[in-house]
Amino acid sequence: MWNGIKVIVLGLVVLGAAMAANFGKDLAYQVSAVIVAAAAAWWFVYSIGQMGDKRKPAETGYMDGVVRAGVIATVLWGVVGFSVGVWIAFALAFPEINYSDIFGPYLNFGRLRPLHTSAVIFAFGGNALIATSFYVVQRTTAARLFGGGLAWFVFWGYQLFIVLAATGYILGSTQSREYAEPEWFVDIWLTIVWVAYLVVFLGTIFKRKEPHIYVANWFYLAFIVTIAMLHVINNMAVPVSFLGSKSYSLFAGVQDALTQWWYGHNAVGFFLTAGFLGMMYYFVPKQANRPVYSYKLSIIHFWALIFLYIWAGPHHLHYTALPDWAQTLGMVMSVILWMPSWGGMINGLMTLSGAWDKLRTDPILRMMAVSIGFYGMSTFEGPMMAIKAVNSLSHYTDWTIGHVHSGALGWNGMITFGALYFLTPRLWNRAGLYSTKLVSWHFWLATIGIVLYASAMWVSGIMEGLMWREVDAQGFLVNSFADTVAAKFPMYVVRGTGGLMYLTGAVIMAYNLRMTMLGRGAAVSRTAVPAE
Amino acid sequence: MARKPEPKQKNIGTTGHEWDGITELDTPMPRWWLWTFYLTIIWGIIYMILYPAIPLVKGATPGLLGYSSRGAVAEDIAAVSAKNAPLDAKIVSLDLAAIGSDPEVGTYANNGGAAVFRTFCIQCHGSGAEGAVGFPNLLDDDWLWGGDIESIYTTIKHGIRSEDDDDTRLSDMPAFGDDYLSDEEIASVAQYVLSLSGRATDETLVEDGSVVFADNCAACHGDDGKGLREMGAPNLTDSIWLYGGDLATVIETITYSRRGVMPAWSVDNKLSEAQIRQVAVYVHELGGGE
Repeated sequence: MWNGIKVIVLGLVVLGAAMAANFGKDLAYQVSAVIVAAAAAWWFVYSIGQMGDKRKPAETGYMDGVVRAGVIATVLWGVVGFSVGVWIAFALAFPEINYSDIFGPYLNFGRLRPLHTSAVIFAFGGNALIATSFYVVQRTTAARLFGGGLAWFVFWGYQLFIVLAATGYILGSTQSREYAEPEWFVDIWLTIVWVAYLVVFLGTIFKRKEPHIYVANWFYLAFIVTIAMLHVINNMAVPVSFLGSKSYSLFAGVQDALTQWWYGHNAVGFFLTAGFLGMMYYFVPKQANRPVYSYKLSIIHFWALIFLYIWAGPHHLHYTALPDWAQTLGMVMSVILWMPSWGGMINGLMTLSGAWDKLRTDPILRMMAVSIGFYGMSTFEGPMMAIKAVNSLSHYTDWTIGHVHSGALGWNGMITFGALYFLTPRLWNRAGLYSTKLVSWHFWLATIGIVLYASAMWVSGIMEGLMWREVDAQGFLVNSFADTVAAKFPMYVVRGTGGLMYLTGAVIMAYNLRMTMLGRGAAVSRTAVPAE
Repeated sequence: MARKPEPKQKNIGTTGHEWDGITELDTPMPRWWLWTFYLTIIWGIIYMILYPAIPLVKGATPGLLGYSSRGAVAEDIAAVSAKNAPLDAKIVSLDLAAIGSDPEVGTYANNGGAAVFRTFCIQCHGSGAEGAVGFPNLLDDDWLWGGDIESIYTTIKHGIRSEDDDDTRLSDMPAFGDDYLSDEEIASVAQYVLSLSGRATDETLVEDGSVVFADNCAACHGDDGKGLREMGAPNLTDSIWLYGGDLATVIETITYSRRGVMPAWSVDNKLSEAQIRQVAVYVHELGGGE
């Protein structure tokens, strides 16, 4: 009965999407419709194939297939996202590589830039969060994922969201809201997928067999719930036509700007901080094999972080049309946020006490430790940059880019790499990784890459800010904007080189993990798995 | 670092919970962490008392310091203006030609003009004033409307083909492709124009072209093709071309005409009188001033 309805609905979706492709008013919309039609058709055929089967016995144990898929997706999207990043980094130094005479507007910086940010944050980071949260919530509740195939719907639905967003950017469809570029129909789809994600996660927590909820799950849950709220409110828009991709925001002027940065900063706070802290709270104690440093600290810093982060958005709009009182609140809350952020760093690093010697021999643990270090550094830098006096120098300069990347490459990237190295042998049932030496190579390439990247952007950003504000004795500007662009060229080349090293490290990781999955080298398969 | 907390932690038990092998110590929060947290909160409260912070029904609390970011900017600007007011007054009162040679005002005018130029002019004329296709190079001595400081000043003040200013510079070359000249005539006059700088590609047409030129073009560009500044008609005998001097571009120019525009910077006070004079001095001294 249920399967029959599903097949009918899918058939209707295929039909509707095909019609939308036919009558669509712009290319981005039509291509999206074709992708949706193809995805629904594939699911339709798959469902019909399943219908003949007698009811399979209910599966027991942990549901790890979807986590394995998530690990693979994380690695693939990571390499894609880093590659686009390296490309546009060099495009800033050498704009000719737009090749607009050959490819038209499709490889313009303006289109590739959201492709890069979405690929690394939502495709790489998002898949990492979904995969690790599915793994962690099962282990720490001792329960199988709730909702049967719903977890697979979340996985594939999320990939569909990524593909729709990415093709839209290339074809020029965008809401022009930073980190929320996808247009209205993609937003609606992500909302559906995200609610399914919340149901799977929360359902698993409800049926847990452990009396208490582990701290990692608090962070994961805060991330899922808050992102749902941010996403829905920031993307409220009226489509021009249901057959076209263009829409207009429900907000206008400075209210629109504030909504956007309330979203934008909390995407950093809840996606890239809270979610990844969830990751840290599981994988660091597991890899170090040490107890978490302080339960009290974890409670206090969790609630303080959740309460304060949501206020910090206005610091993106210092010295704009935003009223002064809102700027004050944004700045004050950002500074108070400093210690709650550092609570996570202290808990992470101090969990390593008693295991510091392992840093010498275990490159995975070293990766995690460096990641926590970068987390601490960028959560100090962030509150500092939120102070208006500092912001008047740093805002709109490359310093912001450097800040974001020391957090993204250092904290989010490194903790994810650590988690992937931890997960792959366990999920594919191998005795160990294909090569620990390659992990070391990855570690050093990534670390040196980040240092080059961040220091180039600090130098470039501070120089740029100082050049912009430089006035002569009579109060006249000394430099033109074009002068500052020309002065940044060497730093752009260094930044691109750092990014290239980081990408190389990720490619080495992809190879290492692939070999581990295939069971080569040291990654012999484990027979008779003892429960850990 | 590793050794010190170790003995302490031995006395600290876990919370008694366990998840997948992970336990949690019951360590108290680090004191320095807690106290720094408290300090930032206290600082935050003080800051919120001093500056605008709490939104109320009508406006927000103004803060004890009475600060507003708009007010702060206005003060800064007023301070600079007050400081420079005597110099600006002097620039406006002096004869244009005398500004550059006055040691005090000359430097000020040049720096101010450079700042104005970097803000408003480089979008078309380039950051080095080198120009672009359709936008004149301001470094050379080839001037459409005159290169003495009075002419430069007038051009900046009233613009070129500006719809907002009745005194704007206006030259009105017809689009000769519209009923004036046949394609053959245009082709021949184009060859004649190229021949003026010794670059004709088809000598057989030059003869015919010279007749067409005399009848249609010489009134503005002069019998010798050297242009006429009162009409804004460019010199056609040199190698400097605003839109390009190759045959195809010259034919395009004759067929469709060209209508480049420049804003009238005095309209709506886009630039003040002093600023217009500053940038006129700056452009005049770029290299080609007469």
